[in-house]
Parts: sequence; C-alpha cells; structure tokens
Amino acid sequence: MSFYRGMICENVTIKGDGGTPITAYVARPEGRGPFPGVVLIHHAPGWDELYIEFTRRFAHNGYFAISHNLYERAPGRTPDDAAARIRADGGISDAQMVGDTAGAVAWLRAQPQSNGKVGVIGSCSGGRHALIYASTRSDVDACADLWGGRVVMTREELNARTPVPPIDMTNNLACPLLGIFGNDDRAPSPEQVNAHEVALQQHSKVYEFHRYDGAGHGFFYWNRPIYRVE
Amino acid sequence: MCTSIVEIVRAEGMAQRGDTWFTLNQAVVTYDHARHALLEDVITLDFVDAGSSRVGVELTLESAKALRAALDRAIAAADYEEAEVRGKGAVAKAA
Repeated sequence: MSFYRGMICENVTIKGDGGTPITAYVARPEGRGPFPGVVLIHHAPGWDELYIEFTRRFAHNGYFAISHNLYERAPGRTPDDAAARIRADGGISDAQMVGDTAGAVAWLRAQPQSNGKVGVIGSCSGGRHALIYASTRSDVDACADLWGGRVVMTREELNARTPVPPIDMTNNLACPLLGIFGNDDRAPSPEQVNAHEVALQQHSKVYEFHRYDGAGHGFFYWNRPIYRVE
Repeated sequence: MCTSIVEIVRAEGMAQRGDTWFTLNQAVVTYDHARHALLEDVITLDFVDAGSSRVGVELTLESAKALRAALDRAIAAADYEEAEVRGKGAVAKAA
C-alpha cells in the first residue's frame, strides 16, 4: 500500500532581486495537483540542510514548496561559510530579501501544479523577513512568522539595510498572519510579541498568535537542544 | 535569541582549514544561537580571508571568557619578551 506519497525535488534557478539568478530548492508531491504553494524564507544560519528538509516536509504534507537561497551572493564554499559572511556584514538588506522572495513567489505561481494560493513562512530572521514581505507586497495569501526577532527595533538598530521596523509596516500587512513564539525567548521577547499584537489589533489585522511556556528560540529545530518535542 | 551582536577586527596571519592554509583578512566575533554546537547561545569566532575561505569556532560563554584570559596572559608575556628583545625597557614582571 502506498500510504506515503512520493515527491519530486530539485534545484531550480529563479530571478532574484534585480534579476540576479539565485538557486532555490523545490519540492512537490507526486501527481498533477493542483497544490497550494509555500515559500520558505530561511533563517540566519543560512540556506541550510534544515530548511531543505522543511521544504520536503511541506511537500510530504501536500504543498508545493520552494526555499530560495538569500545568501547566494555571499562568498563561501558552503552555505555555512556564506552565512558567516552575511552575519559579519550585518545581514542582507530587507529590500534584497523582498526582491528575491518575489522571484520565488512568481516562480511558484507560474507552475502548472500550483493552485494559485501561496503562503510565506520563515523562522528567526526568516520570520521577520516573511512578515516584511507580507507587509510590502500583496501577492501572498498567508504569512507565518516563527519567532522572528527585530520586529520591534530601536532607532539605533535601524540602518540602510533595515531602514524600517517591521512593526511600523503593520498597516500594510496584506494577508492573515500566524505568529508562533516561545515565552523564554529574548529576541523576540514576550514584551515585544505583545507590542506587535497591540499594533495588529490597532490596525484591525487578521492574526493568530500562539505563545508557548517552557520554550525559547527555535523550538521547532529538531536537531538542536532548544527543540521542545511537546 | 536573534542578536545583532557582531564585532569585527582586521586580522593579519594565516589559518588552516583541512590541509590548506589561507591568509587571514579579518576575525569576526558574534554572540548568537549556535549553528552546530549542541548549545543554545554561543560566542562564534570566524577567521576569514578576502575570498571565500573561513575557519569557524563556536564556544560557550565560559569557554570564551577562559580563552580571553589565556590570550591576555599570553599577550602580556609576549609584550614583555618583545620589549626585552628590542631593548625598549620592559616593565619588570611581578614577583
């Protein structure tokens, strides 16, 4: 009995910010679909194996998933090396992330197996990025922010790459938002999550926040000691 | 925790990765969640060149403090030796 559906995975080249070609890992279930789409925005440790696995997990559960490499332009022999360079550089710009992610959304929508719906999800810096994307563009149908830090930012944290605190973009959030946070996290802290929720309420946005006691940052990362199986 | 704690210094020297040595360009010190060590938050040291080579280290905060103390001791001793050799009037070591 074929209880588990097969899947098709490959690397593709998509048009990133400014038309720059970047690599994306894509996975979809076997069959013609149509399947709902998910764009996974990787976290600060980079376009790592964990995110490739997350991509396959979405496909396993019936989604057409794509995870694009935001750090493609950084020098480095491995995704780890590229992430270290980006970290030293203070991270990529929010504008580049939006351009790269728009390329992933467009690629997904153009596939014959797409059902026309696309969500965006990310964790850590990717959660922040997902939120910024959904507050900048109006071409995704849902957004999930998993413990994205620096949604609330001090004036000192702003710079040319991150010029606007995501919380200040709340009015432009164009789709429902799912937020998942650990109450032991310090970035974002529970206070920052609360402030974000107040802003969502003030702007009458559709959202759902889930906060977990006994959980810190990254509690879905099954290969880390911060994982919380419950 | 997602932090933006990053310190960068220009570094002159060489580092080894596998069988290959490369010329250092800078050293980067950060404090953020671990990528590889089975720890939560760590001090990360990245020694990199001007190209794509890197040697990375993840340390507990306690290990990083011990390393800092060891560096301080070694540098103090090195400064003494350098001053002696060059005849610049080294400050006498405490008894």
